Amino acid sequence: MRTSDCDVVVVGVGGQGVILISEIIGRAAMLSGLSVRGVETHGMAQRGGSVINHIRVGCRYSAMISPGGADVLVAMEPAEALRYASYLAPEGVALVNTRPLLPVTVTTGQATYPSIEEILAPLREASSRVYPMDATGLAAEAGSPQAANVVMLGALARHLPIGEEPLQEALSKIVPAKFLEVNRKAFELGKIEVE
Amino acid sequence: MVIILREYLLGNVAIARGILEAGAGVISGYPGTPSSEIVEHLAPLAKEHGIHVEWSVNEKVAMEVAIGASWTGARAAVTMKHVGLNVAADPFMTLPYLGVGGGMVVISADDPYCHSSQNEQDSRRYAAFARVPCLDPADPQEARDMTLRAFSLSEEFGLPVMLRPTTRVSHARATVDVGTPRERKASPGFEKNPPRRVALPAHARPLHAELLEKQAGIEAALAKEDWNWSQMRGEVGVVGSGIGGLYAEEAIAQMEADVSLLRIGTYPIPRTTVGDFLEKVDRILVVEEMDPVLEEFVEMVAKERNPGVEILGKRSGHLPKVGELDPLTVRNAVSRMIGLPERTAPRMSREVLSILPPRPPALCPGCSHRAAYYAMRKAFGKDAIFPNDIGCYTMGVGMGTVDTCLCMGASITVGAGIRFGGEERGICAVLGDSTFLHSGLTGLLNAAYNGARMTVAILDNSITAMTGHQPHPGSGTTAAGEESPTISLPEICRSLGAGLVETADPYDLASMIETFERAKDHPGLSVVVAKRSCVISDIRAGIRRPRLVVDEEKCGGCKLCVSFGCPAIEFDGKVARINALCSGCGVCAEICPQQAMEVAR
Repeated sequence: MRTSDCDVVVVGVGGQGVILISEIIGRAAMLSGLSVRGVETHGMAQRGGSVINHIRVGCRYSAMISPGGADVLVAMEPAEALRYASYLAPEGVALVNTRPLLPVTVTTGQATYPSIEEILAPLREASSRVYPMDATGLAAEAGSPQAANVVMLGALARHLPIGEEPLQEALSKIVPAKFLEVNRKAFELGKIEVE
Repeated sequence: MVIILREYLLGNVAIARGILEAGAGVISGYPGTPSSEIVEHLAPLAKEHGIHVEWSVNEKVAMEVAIGASWTGARAAVTMKHVGLNVAADPFMTLPYLGVGGGMVVISADDPYCHSSQNEQDSRRYAAFARVPCLDPADPQEARDMTLRAFSLSEEFGLPVMLRPTTRVSHARATVDVGTPRERKASPGFEKNPPRRVALPAHARPLHAELLEKQAGIEAALAKEDWNWSQMRGEVGVVGSGIGGLYAEEAIAQMEADVSLLRIGTYPIPRTTVGDFLEKVDRILVVEEMDPVLEEFVEMVAKERNPGVEILGKRSGHLPKVGELDPLTVRNAVSRMIGLPERTAPRMSREVLSILPPRPPALCPGCSHRAAYYAMRKAFGKDAIFPNDIGCYTMGVGMGTVDTCLCMGASITVGAGIRFGGEERGICAVLGDSTFLHSGLTGLLNAAYNGARMTVAILDNSITAMTGHQPHPGSGTTAAGEESPTISLPEICRSLGAGLVETADPYDLASMIETFERAKDHPGLSVVVAKRSCVISDIRAGIRRPRLVVDEEKCGGCKLCVSFGCPAIEFDGKVARINALCSGCGVCAEICPQQAMEVAR
């Protein structure tokens, strides 16, 4: 028996606005009368480390998603997509921002950053539904590269059991008014990107 | 009338809401992941609700403030992370003898897997040790409900009650039904009653007996709570506590298996409830985060009620003894128990994952700690001993200036012990401002008093940065945003007996190095305050410094700047490059032997 309508894992780097995505989905799910669970990375790992959030829409159990259980993997950063790929269910969808963020281990020359193709190839073996996109570029187009998280949210929207209206309403409640226009545009560009 | 609303809340916020609903008047705490958001949520509401909310200087202080408040009849809560309870253990262990006035709740948040901690310590052991009730929430809704109930339980038994959330409860978000805040419960004030409030030996002995006599009543009362329930579906079962119980419940639902379930949410564990369950099963799995507290209890009860029952869990090796549980681990343990195949996650092979660069948490671009460490290493040399402490600065472990990390405040004391133990090399102990005020003061006093020849470096960024920028007595504001006197670290250090006390700015590298050199050459106890506001505080305050750029003509590719380790400095194979993360601190320009770094125009 399925114990959740939709399980989403959002990964990225501390500071990329991963938590905002869960907040918006959570609010929107609530507006739709759905029970929702999520869990966030706080504390030490937030300092430029790799972060993972779980969101479960239509679920009354714990907030934690099992490896192999995510219906959607949203990656704000390509290397992080692969790092957490084991969360993806066999039929799961992977939405991947292709803009790398180099960790200190790379900038200081202790490690190297693989090419995007090297990252996407094993992902495509794990799932036939991998959608790479330049979310950071699209966000810049919308007015601010910081809005890459909302571009990803726009791309995620069609996979959620939540209508666009509650998502937009949650977005307008959570994002500061002066950034709302940019974020609305970012959402739209993300949505179009996967159509 | 209480109106119930449904909101999407972080576990810690759900706890904070429970505190408000209980009409608590005083809330104290010291920041520590995963507990910090409780006080953070309440502090801005203090004025509106007429309540006192404070960041205390440490957990012992916080606990004692809450105790004093409770003794006036007010309801009080104190928050901390599990290791904070060690600091507060002294008042916590004797308080149950003396008892509370108004209901008092001790919130000790555990961190299985050490996400942001130095150990995996189970607070339920402390509750049993102190003989106080403990509630173990599985999710944010239970966290809110249990917080509210904890206050009335506390008043029913005259004892503090512990709430023990774990990381995945504190930092979970969920739809939670919450009520409206209740007006602060009136407190009649402190009532003199020495036999009840003065822990003299003559008073303590009868109070100890009284505490022991309360235990049977507590167990009987807790047995009736809704958080202890069972569902019988055959002779194979699971007994689970906290989030472990919720994982098991989900696994059973997913597998649609005929497995009985007993959920436990309260401690002391209801003996009869457990015994009745054990009589109806012949094989069980015990699921709980951290120590096998429930499992040991089940084994004990099984001896009386059903000696033949097979008990699986951490002690049998069916579940891991270290780290945190997750739904798949629990599901597979249930599968093994009933002989079903395990589910394997579609693992990425180690070979595939090996192409990924590690991404450990790191000091921020422009963090002054990095510059302070660089200067320290220049002055003291790499052979000196660098006892370290708990804070952001522990992340400098790769720079060769972090040799020990034990617990809050231990840098100075361990450093002194290393000197007394016979170490002849230079010793420079390092801790942050918040940690120094938390428990470094006594260590410095001791080092001065007992003549430890060493240097203490206080990396002063004027905030408790690691846990999310909470203010402290060196910040100039309180949790509730009121102005408060800003304490002078150099003056405190002089008063405590340090012979040489100097302050320098880590961004001024040359002066920082010279300051450390003078401290090193001082024949006694010296203190260096490396003072520079946290780079995140600066960003939040709107302080912007122009970025730096590398003049590629001048760069010789020596990589000195790269080895400094700032995330804003990259190397493209020939020359260094400064990326968009640059905060403009300018320290790399001071390191560069070619003067190749310049301020961008």
